[in-house]
Order: sequence, then C-alpha cells, then structure tokens
Amino acid sequence: MKVCIVDYGLGNLTSVFNIVEKIGVDVCISNSIKDISESTHLILPGVGSFSHGMRNIKDLGLVEILTHEVIDKKKPILGICLGMQILSSYGYENGKCEGLGWIKGSVEKLKSNLNYERIPHMGWNNISVIKDSDLTDNIEEQLVFYFVHSYQFIPEDSSVISAVCDYAGGFASIIESENIFATQFHPEKSHNIGLKLIKNFLYRSEKNVKN
Amino acid sequence: MLKTRLIPVLLLKNGILVRSRGFSLHQSTGNHIYQVERFSEWRADEIIYLDISREASHSIRLSESTIGSTSSNLHNTPKEHETSIVQIIRNISKVCYVPLTVGGNIRSLEDIRIRLSAGADKVSINTAALENHDFITEASEEFGSQCIVVSIDVKVHGDNWRVYKNFGKEDTGMLVNDWAKMAEKLGAGEILIQSIDKDGAGCGYDLSLIEYVDGIVKIPIIALGGVGSFDHFIEGSNIGKNIALAAANIFHFTEQSVLNAKNFLHESDIDIRV
Repeated sequence: MKVCIVDYGLGNLTSVFNIVEKIGVDVCISNSIKDISESTHLILPGVGSFSHGMRNIKDLGLVEILTHEVIDKKKPILGICLGMQILSSYGYENGKCEGLGWIKGSVEKLKSNLNYERIPHMGWNNISVIKDSDLTDNIEEQLVFYFVHSYQFIPEDSSVISAVCDYAGGFASIIESENIFATQFHPEKSHNIGLKLIKNFLYRSEKNVKN
Repeated sequence: MLKTRLIPVLLLKNGILVRSRGFSLHQSTGNHIYQVERFSEWRADEIIYLDISREASHSIRLSESTIGSTSSNLHNTPKEHETSIVQIIRNISKVCYVPLTVGGNIRSLEDIRIRLSAGADKVSINTAALENHDFITEASEEFGSQCIVVSIDVKVHGDNWRVYKNFGKEDTGMLVNDWAKMAEKLGAGEILIQSIDKDGAGCGYDLSLIEYVDGIVKIPIIALGGVGSFDHFIEGSNIGKNIALAAANIFHFTEQSVLNAKNFLHESDIDIRV
C-alpha cells in the first residue's frame, strides 16, 4: 500500500501526512504524475476557497492524471473538506466555478437563521449514518468529528450520501460512491476516531476495488 | 449538535513555555511538545499556541530576568527565530491530532503560509491586522476565512473596552465593537477575544465583554482570560452555544486537567465532546 496526499498548494497537508504515517503506511505528499500513478490510494485534502483550489489543480496540470486514476482505474480516493467539495460539478464560492465533476452536484453556502448556528460551522459535531458506510464501519464510539467550513456539497443523487450532519438545516457529511470517498469534516483533526476512519478508508476501500 | 469547544492555550516565549498574568510576569511551565501531546490526549477540542517572543532587545532582557537564560533562542536574529518557530510547529503538529491555531509575529502572507505548511490549521493575527486592515482580507482570500482568527486584546475603558496592540502594550484608541465588526467584515473566520484586565487573575471571564462581542458579530467567538476554576467555564458557556472556552494557566499544573474540566462540564449538562 502506498498513499499519495495530493499537494495542490492548499491546506494543512502535514497533519494528514502525520496521521497516515501514524497508521504505519507508506505515504508521500506530492503532485508529481509518477507518485500519483504509483500510489494505491489518493487523499485529496484542502482548506480554502473552491475557485482557488480548482485553479491550482488546473495550473499544476493534475485534472487529467487524477481523472484517469480515479475514474478510469478506479483508484480509491478520499476527499477531505475542500477536497470533497471540488469533486462536484460546480461551486459558488467567489462566483460560479467548475469542479472535477466526478460526483454530480453543486457546492453552496451554508445558511442558518438560528443565532447560535454561526457560519463558518466550526467545531465538533455529531454525524448520523444513513446508509451502509465503509468509512464509519466498526467505529464504536459516538460519531463526533471536527468541522470547519462555510459551504456544503449538495449531490444531485442523494444516494451517494452516507452520513449527514444536523447543522444549518442539515448537510452531507460523508459521501461514498464506489471508489470515491469524501468527508466534509477533518478526520485528520478528529483525534482517535478520525484515525479509525482513515484506517477504514485505507483497508476497506481496497477490498471494495479488488472485489 | 455542535459541541461547546474547550481550548487550552499555550504561550511560548523565546522557545520556552510560559504563563502570563496581566500580559506580563512569565514563568516557565515546561516542555511544549510534551504539553501539546498531553492536551491532545486529554481530549482538548483544539489547541492554541501563541508565540509571544519579541525581537526587540529590551524584551529579551526582560525575559532573561524573569525566566533565566534557559533558551538558546534568546539571541536569535528574526530569521533564525522564524526558522525555530516553524520547527516547533512541525514538531508539535506530529503529536497534535486536534486543530492547532498558531499566533504571534504573523505579519505577511508568507508568515501564514509557512505556519500552515508546517502543520498549523489556523493562524491568529493581532497587531498586523490592526496596522493593515487589508491583511485580513488578503489572508482570508488566500487561505480561506476559516483559518484566519483575529485576536483582539482589550482593556476596560469606562463602560466600553479599548483595543490594545503589541501584546497589550499600546492603546489603539479603537473600541472593541468597532474593531470586532470590522474584522468580521474584512474576512475574519473567528474572533479570539482576550481581556487583558482578567489575564491570569483567575476570577472568571469578563462575561459582559464576551456577551457584548457575541451580540455584535456572527462568526464564532473564542473567549480567553480569567478562568481560575471550572465553574468559570460554565459561566462562559451560558452566554451562548457558539462561545468557545479557552484558558491557559488552569490547564498547566494538574494532571488530566482538560479531561477533568470536560467531565465537570459534561456533568453540568453542557454539550461537550467527552
């Protein structure tokens, strides 16, 4: 197993690296075609704005290689936060912007009329699993994860949503569709439970693909 | 349901951990990497790491007289200091599996970039934001507003609060409501509001200050300054579910401090991650 954390110039890559390394798996942070194609698993992290993220991915020439690995070769990928949002068709942060388009849907701003539901949604929150989920499988403790975001991914096909979070009217907090996995929260910042989720991604997603 | 956040704050001065009272008087509190690791293990919801080192020579002498010259960083040039801070962030991020906010001496987008790439999740900006308002906007456009914390230090002034800069040394003449509102508008993702009067006093948060700022902005707020007992966290959380509870000194001298505080809050029916 070899994990490649895709470096597109945004976000805290070090913390993702640290947690994968703690699991004891071979891991690199890279944006080279060689590392991306030689890896068994991809992680697409990221914080920041949608348009900025997509611009960097395009400028680095990563759209083609990532699409080839994920869509054609069905390599397991875990998108985290912005890395989940840019899997969509479109984002609306700083104007309309095209995403990778692997999971149809759009990314829109969170809205709430409740005074205590501040945006950004920042802190630890419960998620509710609504369908069979490889990522949360065998996690026995309460599903509480760390979120920090102002936008949400609204997929066209709601069957890809495997967990939701009850905040600002409710939004998709985990998406699982074949080899594509994504979390709106930050497993790498969610202590032990986040480590378990990333372990699930590494060991269960591979099983899926082999089957 | 979103949980109330409990956040230990570590103060770093010239490479060593210190405690603070009234924004001065600093005593060493131990090894920073070990402390971050313990806080992370004790289920701290986030950790804030403020570097209060000053490059001017007078403050270096001041720190020598109170904490002794135990650090090899004391006579570093600004550039070397920068390198050592990045090294420190890199080391602590290896043992910190919860969000890490880093503040102190952040004056440029490059300062932010190197801290985030070393392992920080958010940065806290104070004086530089006051001196150049556009810095907040540029930083939040570049890195996303969710990782830009604007830290505001205030002192009571009549029936309002005045904003201070340069580690609480200089009165800006600005009122807290004006600055908090402006910081939000400029792109801050969060506000860390700290009472200089209450710093290290241990007699509780300045509740009216927190309530006041909370009524002014729509972004999350972190309250800091004054906690001397776990009851003070309850008082802070009663203001609103969106108030994050931060403290420094109370967490430093007892084993399992964060865990004990969380259990206390949980038993008091505060919705918290235990």
